Amino acid sequence: MSFNILMFGVGGQGTVLSSDIVCEVALESGYDAKKSEIHGMAQRGGSVVSHVRIAKKVYSPVISFGEADIMVSFEYMEFLRYMEYVNSETLLVLNTNKIFPPGVLSGKEEYPEKIIKQKLKLFKDVSQIDALKIAQESGNIKVAGMAVVGALAKMLPFEKDVWKKIIESKVPPKTIESNIRAFETGFRA
Amino acid sequence: MRKVLSGNEAIARGAYEAGVKVVSSYPGTPSSEITDFVKRYDDIYCEWAVNEKVALEVAIGASLAGRRSMTCMKHVGLNVAADPLMTLSYTGVNGGLVILVADDPNMFSSQNEQDSRNYARFAKVPLLEPSDSNEAKEFVKKAFEISEKFCTPVIVRSVTRLSHSMSAVDLGERVETASKGLENNIPKWVMVPANGRVRHVFVEERLKELQAFNSKSDLVAEEINSNEIGIITSGIPYQYVKEALPEASVLKLGMVWPLPLDKIVEFSKKVKKLYVVEELDPIIETELLAQGVKLKKLKRPLTGELSVDAVKKLFGLKVNRCKAAVKELPNRPPNMCPGCSHRGMFYAISKLKLFAAGDIGCYTLGLLPPLSAINSTVCMGASISMAHGIDRASGGEYAKKSVAVIGDSTFFHTGINGLLNSVYNKGCSTVIILDNRITGMTGHQPNPGTGITIKGEESPRINFELLCRAFGIKNVVTVDPFDVDECIRVLKEETSKDELSVIITNRPCIFADRTVITNPYFIDEDKCTGCTACTRLGCPAIAWDKKKKIAMIDESLCTGCGLCPKVCRFDAISQRGAK
Ligand code: SF4
Ligand code: SF4
Repeated sequence: MSFNILMFGVGGQGTVLSSDIVCEVALESGYDAKKSEIHGMAQRGGSVVSHVRIAKKVYSPVISFGEADIMVSFEYMEFLRYMEYVNSETLLVLNTNKIFPPGVLSGKEEYPEKIIKQKLKLFKDVSQIDALKIAQESGNIKVAGMAVVGALAKMLPFEKDVWKKIIESKVPPKTIESNIRAFETGFRA
Repeated sequence: MRKVLSGNEAIARGAYEAGVKVVSSYPGTPSSEITDFVKRYDDIYCEWAVNEKVALEVAIGASLAGRRSMTCMKHVGLNVAADPLMTLSYTGVNGGLVILVADDPNMFSSQNEQDSRNYARFAKVPLLEPSDSNEAKEFVKKAFEISEKFCTPVIVRSVTRLSHSMSAVDLGERVETASKGLENNIPKWVMVPANGRVRHVFVEERLKELQAFNSKSDLVAEEINSNEIGIITSGIPYQYVKEALPEASVLKLGMVWPLPLDKIVEFSKKVKKLYVVEELDPIIETELLAQGVKLKKLKRPLTGELSVDAVKKLFGLKVNRCKAAVKELPNRPPNMCPGCSHRGMFYAISKLKLFAAGDIGCYTLGLLPPLSAINSTVCMGASISMAHGIDRASGGEYAKKSVAVIGDSTFFHTGINGLLNSVYNKGCSTVIILDNRITGMTGHQPNPGTGITIKGEESPRINFELLCRAFGIKNVVTVDPFDVDECIRVLKEETSKDELSVIITNRPCIFADRTVITNPYFIDEDKCTGCTACTRLGCPAIAWDKKKKIAMIDESLCTGCGLCPKVCRFDAISQRGAK
């Protein structure tokens, strides 16, 4: 059993932390795991992408084209940038929250609603969640990323307790409760 | 114990386990986190130096004093440290000394793509190249042993793909190393020509010994599979090779300079076709061809990163690719943060259409539209010296239409030298020091303008104004960068002078001082005329509503910096909660 998970979003959404968690859960569950991220510079607002690979033995820390098993889009349009990794079996976890790129903000470009609708059809299955809403309900909008992790966890064969243990070790102590709540809601969604 | 660590965290761990006593570095992506991880170990003294040359010199001093020491930098940082490096090769070390350099193939966050392996050959010192986090940790430890055994500095090379990837690491214990004591050995440490000539002979001998050592060491690993194809590789490309060509035989090099020639020749006899797979410059390939090793050359680009797919293509294998790729999508370039204290000054510069010789840091992003306020970026510190060159080349004429912009950390790095030069040579350019009290771009490390050390302890804070006055500069003005009108006025005044001027801004980066974040602003729909004055600031919190043809503010992003209301002539922007 092996998984290539491609996770991406916009700087500040928690993509990197989330992919760290997935990686550690896999290792804790007895797999080899590697992760590679490109987070541009320290600023917010740029594209962020993390490759997570889980198998008995992993070599390249980067996923090859056409070989993503699961894609996790922390923002509604971002998955469009990574269509080269998709095959006919690829699953998509899609956060429906939109963050407008600068070109759209300044009114020079369109948010690609139509293309999104078209391309969604190419996935074997899409599970859409409104992470911001879930996070608001857990009382901390900063935990939106964890709701997305919850929705991803549902697709992976790892024990829920391992997820919770790793999340607890990775998030600021004060936010453990709200993070776990967001994770649970994402898991059920 | 096993843990998943990033390459950078593993390197820091390696230094800890090796009993390193002193680490001095200058931040640079992708190397910055290493030293930030080192600071968690109380047994290691660590510091942010003002630049890489200084950092290496501190490490040399620590080594001379008998302790294991390390310095970490990015590839372009090694250029700055190249001067001490070349002679350090001659003196050798006392306590082990490791130079960790992180290259950035594909330039995810750099101004060039140079291959640091060239420096190992140039300086005639060994270079190790790990291929995952566990090796990164182990190789750092090995590097210290080699350093002491052969009396040489050792370069350990990382790349973005290693520094910023995570894989499992077996943690070990720290081994305390005793101090070797301060070495007082003039022929070794005083590089006057007479001594240098002797040491150069030593360097050449050492290189031969290292080469013989490499062939016999466990740093080179032979994996014999089929005898059809043999591949010599190292570092991250090794991982791509293993996945792209699982049936090939592989000779994996841990030390890529000097090469283990004996071992390579031995390996070449075991396979029918021999190739080298390496990223960027063909260093191994060129050397082996020159040594008469029978190699088949690959048609490989000399730019960018390799990948499993790229390696497959090199060997004519099929690559998957979904045809559904979407081309023209709105980009998400990195942008200066909402509330960034550089924005107002850049707005003023672009309003006045000044030519700005820029520098390296967050503020380089001022080049992006709508501000489009930067006209050149070469290397750390170049802004001030280039502005002086611009001014001298035009007999002072261009100085009236141009400025140099430099951040605080970059000013301390090498900008300060340029300013001295301009003063001494009677330049008349206008230098803007964008002082936001932190090294922003690389992840907010403190610097001599911050007033704290890497460990958060208080330290003297350098006062730019006094410093510039001490240089003898008469025109030194401090201005609030959020006061656009004042920025414009000061810019006009200072650029018109026939003397050198320094303009200093005085607002912190929102990460340097979180208390500056206040209530968000909002736009009154009825008052907004759609003049676009505020959207031209390029603040990520300000959006344009196409349908209504007015601007709006995303209050979840706005930090309340108060810049946009200053450019709105219709009084349409006000702060939440303000009376
Ligand atoms: S990190 Fe600081 S300096 Fe850099 S863009 Fe953001 S606010 Fe500006
Ligand atoms: S006050 Fe205006 S310029 Fe400043 S962060 Fe808010 S929206 Fe951006």
